[in-house]
Parts: sequence; C-alpha cells; structure tokens
Amino acid sequence: MNDRIQEKLSILADAAKYDVSCSSSGSKRKNDSKGLGNASNGICHTYTADGRCVSLLKILLTNHCIYDCAYCVSRKSNDIKRAAFTVQEVVDLTINFYRRNYIEGLFLSSGIFSNADYTMERLVRIAKKLRLEENFNGYIHLKSIPGASDELLAEAGLYADRLSMNIEMPTETSLKLLAPDKKREDMIKPMTFVKNAIIANRGEKQLRVKKPLFVPAGQSTQMVIGATPESDWQILKLSDGFYKHFNLKRVYYSGYVPISNDNRLPAFGTPVPMVRENRLYQADWLMRFYGYGVDEIVSADDPFLDMQIDPKLNWALKNLHQFPVDINKADLSIIKRIPGIGLQSAYKIFEARKFTRLTWDHLKKFNIAANRAQYFVNLKIDDWLRKDYSPQQIKNFILSAGNSKFASNHSPQLSLF
Amino acid sequence: MQTILYDGSYGEFLCAVFDVYDYKFVQVDVCTKDRFKGNIFDKVHHVHFNKEHSDRVLKGLKQKVSAETLFDIYRAFLSEVEGIENTLLRFIQYIYSNKNSVEKDFSHPAVIAIADTVKKVRREKHRMEAFIRFQKTKDGMFYAIIEPDYNVLPLIIRHFKNRYADQRWIIYDTRRKFGIHYDGTNCSEITIDFPAANIEVNKDETPLDEQEELYQKLWQSYFKSINIEARKNTKLHLQHVPRRYWRYLTEKQVML
Repeated sequence: MNDRIQEKLSILADAAKYDVSCSSSGSKRKNDSKGLGNASNGICHTYTADGRCVSLLKILLTNHCIYDCAYCVSRKSNDIKRAAFTVQEVVDLTINFYRRNYIEGLFLSSGIFSNADYTMERLVRIAKKLRLEENFNGYIHLKSIPGASDELLAEAGLYADRLSMNIEMPTETSLKLLAPDKKREDMIKPMTFVKNAIIANRGEKQLRVKKPLFVPAGQSTQMVIGATPESDWQILKLSDGFYKHFNLKRVYYSGYVPISNDNRLPAFGTPVPMVRENRLYQADWLMRFYGYGVDEIVSADDPFLDMQIDPKLNWALKNLHQFPVDINKADLSIIKRIPGIGLQSAYKIFEARKFTRLTWDHLKKFNIAANRAQYFVNLKIDDWLRKDYSPQQIKNFILSAGNSKFASNHSPQLSLF
Repeated sequence: MQTILYDGSYGEFLCAVFDVYDYKFVQVDVCTKDRFKGNIFDKVHHVHFNKEHSDRVLKGLKQKVSAETLFDIYRAFLSEVEGIENTLLRFIQYIYSNKNSVEKDFSHPAVIAIADTVKKVRREKHRMEAFIRFQKTKDGMFYAIIEPDYNVLPLIIRHFKNRYADQRWIIYDTRRKFGIHYDGTNCSEITIDFPAANIEVNKDETPLDEQEELYQKLWQSYFKSINIEARKNTKLHLQHVPRRYWRYLTEKQVML
C-alpha cells in the first residue's frame, strides 16, 4: 500500500512538473478558526536541483487524458505509466506535508478524463473537503479545466486561492497545430467568467456585506516558449493583454523541454531555451513593476529580445538621449530605468537625497550594479568622455566586464530542426 | 576608550544606551560580557538592568521613528554580529541628535549599515520559515531543530503559532540552546537539553510517530520526481539553498 502511494506520487508529480507556477503569495486567508494553516506571503520551502522554487505540492489528480496535445507528456498517444489518486490520498498527502512544514499548500491539476466538467468537479471536491472537513487554510491553487462550466468555476473560486488556465501556445495557429483537441475560446471563456466573478465579489465587499473569499490570489496562465515560431513581441503582447484586460496576477513562460519525437516539435536533445525564458521574465517584470510599456521593450520592427543583455539595459542603450540621469534631481520613475539600479536601490536614492547631495560612493553602498550604472548616471564618468561612447561600445564594455550567469552550454535560441 | 559590558539581552542593551547618555560617555565600545577580551587600559562600565531606563530609551525612540524602524533596531540587534551594538548606538545617537526624522537617511553610514543588517536578518527569518522541517513523535508533538546564522527564533514564533494553531510543536535552536514550545494555546521558552539535538545520531532513540518515516520518504520521492534533468542548474540551486541548511532538510537526507 505504501509502495503504491509512493509510485503514484512519483508518476503524478513528474507529470505535473512542467507547469511552472509555484507561487503561494498574494492570498490573505487567515487561520481564524484555530484550524490548520494560513496563506499570506508566499514561502519557497525548497528548490529543485534546477533552481526552481518548491512551494506547493504540485500534482495531477490523474495523468489519464483524452486529449493528444503534442507538447504534453500526458498526451493520449504517449506510452507511459498512468495513475490516479483518490480524493482521500490527495487530502492526506496535503495535510501531512503541510503539518511538517514541507509546503505552503496544494497545486492540483489533472489530465482530462471523460469530460471537462467531470474533471473539474473532482478537483473542486478535493478543495472543498480540505476546507470544510479538514479546516485547512493553507494555499490551494486549482487548475481551471478548459470548457468547465460556470457553476463549477464559481464553486472552485470559493475554496481556491488561485485559479489558473494555461493558454499553452502564444497563438491560436500554434494551438491548432499542436493541440488540435483544444480551442482557445474554451480557455478564454472560463478566464473571463472568473475575472468577472472576482470583480463582482470585490464590489460586494465594498458594501460591507461579509462575503467569503473568492480566488483571493487571482488568476494566472502559462505558455510554452520555443516549441513554436512566435516572436517575443507576439508573446509579450499577449501577456500585456492578459494583465490589462483579464487582471491576471502572473503570466508564466515555460521553455519547452523536448519530450517527444513528434516532427511538429523541436527534437529530443534540443536545449531548453533558458536564456530566452529568463529574458521574457525580465521583460514581464519591467511591465509589471517598472512602468515600461510593452512597445518600449519589443516592437513589430524589432520583435526579439536581445539574448546578450537584459531588456532594461537594451532600452537604455536605445534611448541614450535620456541619459545620464541626475541622481539628485531626476524623477523616481526615471531612476528606476537606470540599468544596474533596482527598485530597492532606487528607493534608497530617493530617500537619501532628501538629506545629502549623493555621490558615487553613496550609490555603491546602496548595492547597485556599478558596472552597468556608471554609464547612465551623472556621477561617475565625465560627460566629455561619455559623449564619445556609442551604444555598441557601452554594450561591449559591460559585456566584457561582467560574467554572464548563463553557462555557454545553454543555447540562447531555439535551434531549428 | 570606554568599554560598556552587558549580558547580551536586548533589555540590558537598551540600558547601556541609557547609561551612555546618563554618564555622558564618549568613545564607547558596547560589548557583551562573553565577547569581552579585556584590555587593562580600558575603563569598564557594567550595565545593570533597570526597566525604567530601557523603557525611557524606547519611549524616546518612539517619538522619533516609525514602528517599523523601532522593530528594525531589534531585528538588527538579533543579528548578534560583532560590533552591532556600536552601530546601533551610532544609529540611535543620530536619531536623537536630529529634530527631524532621519531614519531614512541612507547616506549616513550607520543608517545604511543597519538597513543592510536588517535585510540579512529578515532573509534568515524567511529561510527558517521555509526550511524548518517538523518530525512527528509518538505522542503527537511536532519538533524541529534549527541552527540559524542569526538569532531569529524570537522573530518566527508568531508565524508558526498562527499557522500551526492546532498542533503542538517545539522549535529548538541548538546553537543558542533554547527553544520555543507551543502547547496548543500558548508559547513558552524552553532551555532543556533537548534529546534530539542531533537527529542523525539519535534517530533510533527518538520515539517517532509510526507514519513519520512514510511521509519523509514520500517527501523525498516527491522532491526527486519534480526535478527536470534537462534544466539542471547547480549554481542557482546552491544560491537558494546553501549547503549549511542541508543538515536539517528532509529532502536532502539519504533516501529512506
């Protein structure tokens, strides 16, 4: 019996690991009832050997699936071991892992068995049992199943902290090619429903009626990167639309890990496009926290992110006329745009300059990346010297002074097959 | 140089600050009795705890700084970094000496030094909230051993009390030889010589719950399954989970 549960866990954790999201933050579920757990700030309890955060027990309820999506290990035509948890098994694993402080909660997804609603109903049943019978207030992330009914999503929202629906492919064309059983509208419709339900719930709260939480940590989505030929511009445009029109909390980018011989996909042995994935996250951060518009980062004319340098530095080099920035006077919004100065150091500069005229020595103590920042602030390099530097020269100076965090064995781009 | 010796507690440290003003000491070195190496040329002053004095220091600070900064002073103190008392003293003197609020003047050496220390302490606190692994004993107690770089146990009590409100637990700091025991209602400090201070050695003697081994095994197997070999990145892994924490991480022990 114990061996069986261990085997199931191995199979169903292995099948779930390509879902990137492991966030457990953004909720505000309290442990008011003297029960078990709370969900607040997000904690990574450990990290895998590849450096990804492990916050949640991330498993599939089953890897049986009626669909045949080319990029997915659990696709119908793939000859792999199949397994399914019972409701009680998932509950016991969650509670016992949680009590030992291994996890922040549960991220439950599933292959599609029978049909969308049948699958969704099982996921909801587990969340409900954890909340109502086990008095569990830890974090629960449920997958919205494409095509699930509004009624089930409404119920899921009462028990889950986060719901996510993976858009899978950046364009509908790619989705049609690789996941012929899935339709984009089946994904958009549930996302729209959940978005509106969250807004409605928030509205009712303002009326001071005591309402239960509804998806307090919001919605997220994920797309596979590098399996299909979309540009970064197409990808980031889509993300931008999700943030603006669907109020998504996060868009995740999952560099394609070759798992199939399918000739529609990069072959086995093709390196995972980890640098590109990292650059997309950097761009995503610039949009969400630094006030950059998507069109400032990539455009139709210049649709790919630079793999050698990060998008913030890239923007600065293309807009050298905005620099050097006067650290002692400039708006906080432009200080945040200086390469090598992050949000924390920008804040320290902003506060400290109220007391003193800041010098380069002050800046160095604020943990800035001096190697990059020196070319963009007014303190370090003489203006007459700076005038002679071209963007390409600055780029070369910075590249030769720093050592890239990426080992050369990671391919920057998808190698073509 | 005027040396001021105190017992290492926060209360006595605040009294030391009081004494600096009371005795008009200049050029001081505040140091714990344990760390004091002794120098015959130094004048030594011994602090005696006086609640009225420590309260007056706190009250004075409250009028000058935000609640967050007041707590930051305590956080930085818990770092136990050598010389932190002197940095804190300079920080407090800078605050007292100014009419206006200077707590955010990061151009001042003491302010930035405290900000940096606080950052380290908060990271260690967060790491403990993440890396603590409870083991369940036969009588239903969940216990964990820690050896944090800084004295963060006082900072994590609330988190664990809120989270594990319905289970009894003990978290024990073997480096500083004290622990916190939660009995289902209240937390209290314990200083017993905890028998499981070395979990590897005492595994056979610790009366564990009969399911404990199963769940440790399941967690190890989960940890193994979620790795993606094609993405291996040891440098990043070590950055997030430095080796010194491995000793108490269930997933880093030899597979059961």
